[in-house]
Amino acid sequence: MSLPVRVGTLLVAFLAVVGGAIFVVIQYFLAGPVVVDYTAGVTPGAGQQVSIVLQEDPQNTVTNHPDWVSYFIQDPKTRQWVHTTLFRVPAGATVHVTILGYDGCTPLRNPFWGKVTGTVGNVEFVNGKPTSVLNSYATCSVGHTFSIPSINLNVPVASPTTLAANSNLCGTSPCTSGPHTTVTFSFKAPTTPGDYFWQCRIPCGLGYLDGFGGPMQTIGYMTGQMEVAS
Amino acid sequence: MAAESQAQVAGQGGPSHGRRILLIWLILAIAGDLLIWFALGPHLPPGNMTTTATEEQGAIKLMSVLSAPVLVLVLTYFVYAMIVWRRRDGDDEDGPPIHGSTRVQAAWIVGTTVIVLALAVFGTVSLWTSHGAGAGEGPAPIWNPPGAVSTASAQQTPWAPGKVLQVQVVAQQWRFTFRYPGLGGFETTELMLPEGQWVQFNVTSIDVIHSFWAYQLGVKADANPGVNNVAYTKPTQTGLITVRCAELCGLWHGAMFDYGKVVTLAQFQAWARASKTELASVTSLLPPYATTYDSTAIKQLGPVLQKLGLTGAGGGYYPPQDPAQP
Repeated sequence: MSLPVRVGTLLVAFLAVVGGAIFVVIQYFLAGPVVVDYTAGVTPGAGQQVSIVLQEDPQNTVTNHPDWVSYFIQDPKTRQWVHTTLFRVPAGATVHVTILGYDGCTPLRNPFWGKVTGTVGNVEFVNGKPTSVLNSYATCSVGHTFSIPSINLNVPVASPTTLAANSNLCGTSPCTSGPHTTVTFSFKAPTTPGDYFWQCRIPCGLGYLDGFGGPMQTIGYMTGQMEVAS
Repeated sequence: MAAESQAQVAGQGGPSHGRRILLIWLILAIAGDLLIWFALGPHLPPGNMTTTATEEQGAIKLMSVLSAPVLVLVLTYFVYAMIVWRRRDGDDEDGPPIHGSTRVQAAWIVGTTVIVLALAVFGTVSLWTSHGAGAGEGPAPIWNPPGAVSTASAQQTPWAPGKVLQVQVVAQQWRFTFRYPGLGGFETTELMLPEGQWVQFNVTSIDVIHSFWAYQLGVKADANPGVNNVAYTKPTQTGLITVRCAELCGLWHGAMFDYGKVVTLAQFQAWARASKTELASVTSLLPPYATTYDSTAIKQLGPVLQKLGLTGAGGGYYPPQDPAQP
């Protein structure tokens, strides 16, 4: 084999290895749900307030997992729904949350999570009505939960309550119409910057081990992170 | 030079290497053991907040004291050989042949056998006297402290100081909750224990396999769905407790931790009264207390849920008799 051929082969092999490494980094480490930033224009510290808006849908028609339930977050600038479960808030701010519950009801695995904790006043507002406990077994009342364990935040997200509504749920994500419940609550963001994971406690990963696989274990669907920025 | 070395190794007119090594080893081993027992020992994990933690710390101290001389012997011989029997300039001959020594082999076998058997006896006695040494003993423990009970109805008997406090540990992705059946049956995310009282942990899971590891308590028990894994301890000091899951259980396993406290008896009783009142609204929604946590035992499924075809929590429950999953 001549010298130019050998050098050429070596270069091709080198580029292939470097290209493969770059592909892996981009595909597996850098690609993923985007972070919706709620810190723009807000000075960190006590007294600051941000309002975040989420919706939870019975399906997800914008990804290759159409039968996975999913949260969406509204971009504060464009007002467009973003398929992600990552959001950023300022440290120490009061966070006002609105969740549009488009999914139907399912009983909680552990009814203990029907109690609202960690919010301002330990209360949530379901269609404007203050609520501290939801019985997910006696009535069709809970679709999912929004829970940040490290700050003891647990909010059962109310669902449409009637049989008719639950039989006619929104079928295209992100939902813009259809029966839903509006849940609002406020909580204090931690003063320590960092990533705080959040999750749903309804076993809504149907077809997976005890319902806790698939969307329940995948960032961008029913679990994510709240990034607290300094 | 080679002949001289061979003569020395063979003990023919040279210094007594065996005595030298023995003397060096003896001094270092005694010094090491004293340091381990008195300086390092009190700081060894998991501390001495409970009877079981103290027992575990004692076992680790004993194991360290027994193993240190063995380590020192190997290292002493190794360093001695490198210095004294190193190859000299101009010495290109082979070393002297080594023959087996029946006496040394017998001493090694007898010595190690005695150590292993003694440790087995020590371990068994330790398990017995500390009522399981803080480990999960399964649903039918054999090393019970006086007053321990196994049935759900007995565990719901109102607790009073002097009785074994029943605490059900409910593991779920990705949080531990704690239920106090003898204090009204409330469930909470706070692990609070009274100083000076025996505690019976009834550890179970409502989804996958977890492991309840309360480090400072010296308690570690697997949390299996449909199984009650019992562990005992008796806090002897007040202080903070760190609880972690010690079984890989999913995406946020690494974040599955909690904190608790051992407090005085009066503080515990005040906390229990306040928690019972504060949590009354959700306690009424919990399934009837059982030694394992079965949410399908709830008999109040509403009409809309029934018409929707739901029979319980989503995803299917993990029935004790049928662990197979789709």
